[in-house]
Amino acid sequence: MRPTDTLDPDFYHRVVDCQWACPAHTDVPEYIRMIAQGRYTDAYLLNRASNVFPSILGRVCDRPCEPACRRRRVEDKPVAICRLKRVTADLSDDVRPLLPPIPLEKNGKRIACIGAGCASLTVANDLLPLGYEVVVYEQLDRTGGLMRTNIPAFRLPQTVLDNELNTIIDMGVDLRLDQRVDSLATLLEESYDAVFIGTGAPRGKNLEIPGRYESDRIHIGIDWLESVAFEHTKKIGEQVLIIGVGNTAMDCCRTSLRLGGKQVKVMARKPRGYFKASEWELDDAEEEQVEIVVNHSPREFVINDGQLVGMQFDVFEYHVDDEGKLQQELIGEEFFPCDDVILAIGQETAFPWIERDIGLDFDQWDQPVVDRTTYQSTRAGVFFGGDAAFGPENIIWAVEHGHQAAISIHKHCLNEAIDDRLPFGMNLVSTKMSIHEWSFSNDYEGANRRQMRHVDLKERFNQLNIEVELGFSAEQTTIEVERCLNCDIQTVFTTDLCIECDACIDVCPVRCLTITENTDEPTLRAALTVPAQNPDQPLYVSATLPQTGRVMVKDENICVHCSLCAERCPTGAWDMRKSTLLIPYAADEETATWQHKTA
Amino acid sequence: MSFIKKPRINHPGLDTNAVGLTIQDYEGAMSTLCAGCGHDSVSSAIVQAYYELAIEPHRVAKLSGIGCSSKTPTYFLRPAHGFNSVHGRMPSIATGASAANRDLHYIGISGDGDSLSIGLGQFCHAIRRNVDMFYVIENNGVYGLTKGQFSASADVGSPARKGGGTNEIPPIDPVLTAINFGCSFVARGFSGDKTTLVPLIKAAILHRGFALLDVISPCVTFNDHEGSTKSYLHTREFEQTAVYADFVPIRDEITASVDTHVTPVTLHDGSQIHLRTVDPDYDPFDRDSVVAYLREHQNKGQIVTGLLFVDETAPDMLTLSSTTQTPLVDLSFDTLNPGAAALKTLQKQWR
Ligand SMILES: Cc1cc2nc3c(=O)[nH]c(=O)nc-3n(C[C@H](O)[C@H](O)[C@H](O)COP(=O)(O)OP(=O)(O)OC[C@H]3O[C@@H](n4cnc5c(N)ncnc54)[C@H](O)[C@@H]3O)c2cc1C
Ligand SMILES: Cc1ncc(C[n+]2csc(CCOP(=O)(O)OP(=O)(O)O)c2C)c(N)n1
Ligand code: SF4
Ligand code: SF4
Ligand code: SF4
Ligand SMILES: [Mg+2]
Repeated sequence: MRPTDTLDPDFYHRVVDCQWACPAHTDVPEYIRMIAQGRYTDAYLLNRASNVFPSILGRVCDRPCEPACRRRRVEDKPVAICRLKRVTADLSDDVRPLLPPIPLEKNGKRIACIGAGCASLTVANDLLPLGYEVVVYEQLDRTGGLMRTNIPAFRLPQTVLDNELNTIIDMGVDLRLDQRVDSLATLLEESYDAVFIGTGAPRGKNLEIPGRYESDRIHIGIDWLESVAFEHTKKIGEQVLIIGVGNTAMDCCRTSLRLGGKQVKVMARKPRGYFKASEWELDDAEEEQVEIVVNHSPREFVINDGQLVGMQFDVFEYHVDDEGKLQQELIGEEFFPCDDVILAIGQETAFPWIERDIGLDFDQWDQPVVDRTTYQSTRAGVFFGGDAAFGPENIIWAVEHGHQAAISIHKHCLNEAIDDRLPFGMNLVSTKMSIHEWSFSNDYEGANRRQMRHVDLKERFNQLNIEVELGFSAEQTTIEVERCLNCDIQTVFTTDLCIECDACIDVCPVRCLTITENTDEPTLRAALTVPAQNPDQPLYVSATLPQTGRVMVKDENICVHCSLCAERCPTGAWDMRKSTLLIPYAADEETATWQHKTA
Repeated sequence: MSFIKKPRINHPGLDTNAVGLTIQDYEGAMSTLCAGCGHDSVSSAIVQAYYELAIEPHRVAKLSGIGCSSKTPTYFLRPAHGFNSVHGRMPSIATGASAANRDLHYIGISGDGDSLSIGLGQFCHAIRRNVDMFYVIENNGVYGLTKGQFSASADVGSPARKGGGTNEIPPIDPVLTAINFGCSFVARGFSGDKTTLVPLIKAAILHRGFALLDVISPCVTFNDHEGSTKSYLHTREFEQTAVYADFVPIRDEITASVDTHVTPVTLHDGSQIHLRTVDPDYDPFDRDSVVAYLREHQNKGQIVTGLLFVDETAPDMLTLSSTTQTPLVDLSFDTLNPGAAALKTLQKQWR
């Protein structure tokens, strides 16, 4: 293999599994260390720089970082990254005075954002400090999009939402509530320099089976949740069936329990393991005694005398075939009585208000054609982000789209090429303090993941908006922060210093180092001290070693960043260096342009 | 010395051996030796060998004298028995232990100072008696623990690291010494080359009788400088492997090798070592020719490594002295101490 190019920022970035998996590349290990040092406000601000809504995301983020966490490869459970994010928000001081000032003198550019969800507000957050005027149109009488209308208050309290949304709005957003945009063409006639479309995916999917329109007790999940949030709906029947087993279904069943539902069943078409809902959302629902019925596929709504009395289901049996595909076999039918049915089988975008003759192309599935890097549509100056861009995702993706769209809008307004963007950078700084002392806590904490404390099962149903999760206690936080493996503190190797004494290889607790003859990657992977079996994790391969001409190979897969290799190396060939990913935002593009002009 | 302990982590590459133990079960405390010391590599090779042989650690007794090398039993086989003797006196402790309990595996860890300077006499007599043990000399040419004075294995002309001049006294070669005293298993390895070291250790552990393994094990702190003949660089440059020993466990089917330079040697438990000689004329069973070969290469400044001499037929100390097959701990008090009357009868025999 060729020597690894560690100058490519991607190499060390990939080692930080959580940061690599996070759509917004939040610097997780650094904020966890800040918590450990009691620097809560700094930790909050570091989060905010990339994910904008730490307090919201610390409760409800889809947390793609956690399944990716290295800790899962040396034990079962990942670090409670998301819960620790909430700790930063719970303990942070008011950060408003610490945010970039908004210039009194504007730069003369006006931007329209459609929809007041997290995508649009991220665009506003990135552009207001650069002197832009940002107008936000929202059809509802309140901000927040689905975070407000769909995510139930027992998971995300209104006060938390208000706090973080208003921080941005108070930066000077020109907010136009109750103003639905009904024609993009008309809006484009106004004097905006760019338009950002962050209107989400507002249409819940329907289930067209017999009986669908013969009762008013059959609800579309996201519409029903919205009407609960707006307090139009205040109760539900005792027996409720939820169709679908994604995250929306979990919110529907738990909300039903708080509005009078007694027997609430979630009906799944497939077996466990094929559910769309996140593991923790399933856990939380089952803790509240929701029953999940597997292998039942809806056949019809059963109506008696114009009244919904239940649903008929096809019952399937499943097995995995030789090719690993799931095969189903119909084995019967079953009737379930109910008072209400909630359909939670997905959402989609809807753009009836965008004219199709304004140079903004839609594809064969009637989705706008949007560039995955610039987020620009086929009409220059019109950008998409969040669920509106490529269909429903989650908050953290919407935030990342917002950051990228803000960069594009800024470059568009400066008449710069929007696809000529600043690359990621990487800083590496040694953490060595003395021979065996590092500026981070390198000892391995063997403790298990801390469990989130919940409000008592009975008490939590008293009111719709009692937040169920209590947050981490000081004791829980103290232990959980130490579980982080500091994956951003990189083992950096200097080939010329190595005398091939094997000290690092002998001491490594996970045996991930090897000095061997260099060959091709598959042979090398098999020849390591412990064969490198995870193809998703890269090998580090040094240049040729001075004494024997072999190479140092490290399997990044399960290194626990304990520093022992660097402590046992007599020559300092290994060093522990902190990598900091430099992520470009709109403000950095501004600085780059300015530097370019003055150079 | 590191402030943290080596963590025990159940990582995916952690297999178990035939007795259900992981390699971690064969490790010991964190080393307090200098970072990069060859001795740590030898410890790690020892861990690997016992793990692969699936010998339960509590069936092993670790014996050592004084020196950095003699400290290392702490760093491997945590559950094993151990005895840290006076400087250079480990061979007599080992002799006694072996006489008392023949069922344990004995590993003696020593240094060039411990075995060739102060303990040379003890060393030679343990060889003569063919005590059933695996004896390692971690050879670095200096007294590491007392800050780097020349030991009895330092070559003529070796410069001291800082001041102290050059060594003018001829060295004692443990390998030639052992062969001359009738040692039944003589090998030399290098701490920086585990692929050849681990099989040598495995063969030495299973050899019945005294198995000497001399390991060039550089002292990074006092003897890894330019001019040293016991440094990493020098050893790599002048190492000549004469006989590779491929260990074939008893569990594996033993297939006849097509290579004519390969001679299988069956060890007493039934497993085999396949000796692969690099020079077709090398005969690892002929004491005189081995000595001649070693001298010839020594004169050229080369360091000959490998399983250099083996004699599986030589009777060990316990066989020669026809002592009981039962470890003394397993004998009843009456048998061990038959009383004054029995002693009288015994003494009468020789009157
Ligand atoms: C039940 C449910 C639970 C969820 N739970 C989670 C969770 O726990 N974690 C997570 O990360 N994600 C979750 N999501 C997904 C998440 O809410 C969305 O991905 C995210 O809100 C998308 O943000 P957005 O800014 O793109 O759009 P939205 O939040 O949908 O905001 C769009 C806004 O645009 C407005 N709008 C639409 N059309 C117009 C128009 N023509 N003119 C003016 N205004 C308009 C809408 O009223 C809305 O306020 C959940 C979704 C649902 C349905
Ligand atoms: C009876 C006695 N004499 C001298 C000493 C001092 N002493 C301690 S270690 C040592 C030499 C050890 O050398 P070696 O066996 O080569 O071990 P190394 O440290 O090099 O591994 C000496 C002379 C002692 N401890 N006891
Ligand atoms: S930091 Fe070094 S010793 Fe520790 S696990 Fe990683 S490679 Fe191994
Ligand atoms: S400890 Fe240092 S010098 Fe020794 S092999 Fe490892 S990197 Fe090389
Ligand atoms: S002094 Fe030499 S022999 Fe002793 S521990 Fe240090 S490097 Fe090893
Ligand atoms: Mg010595």
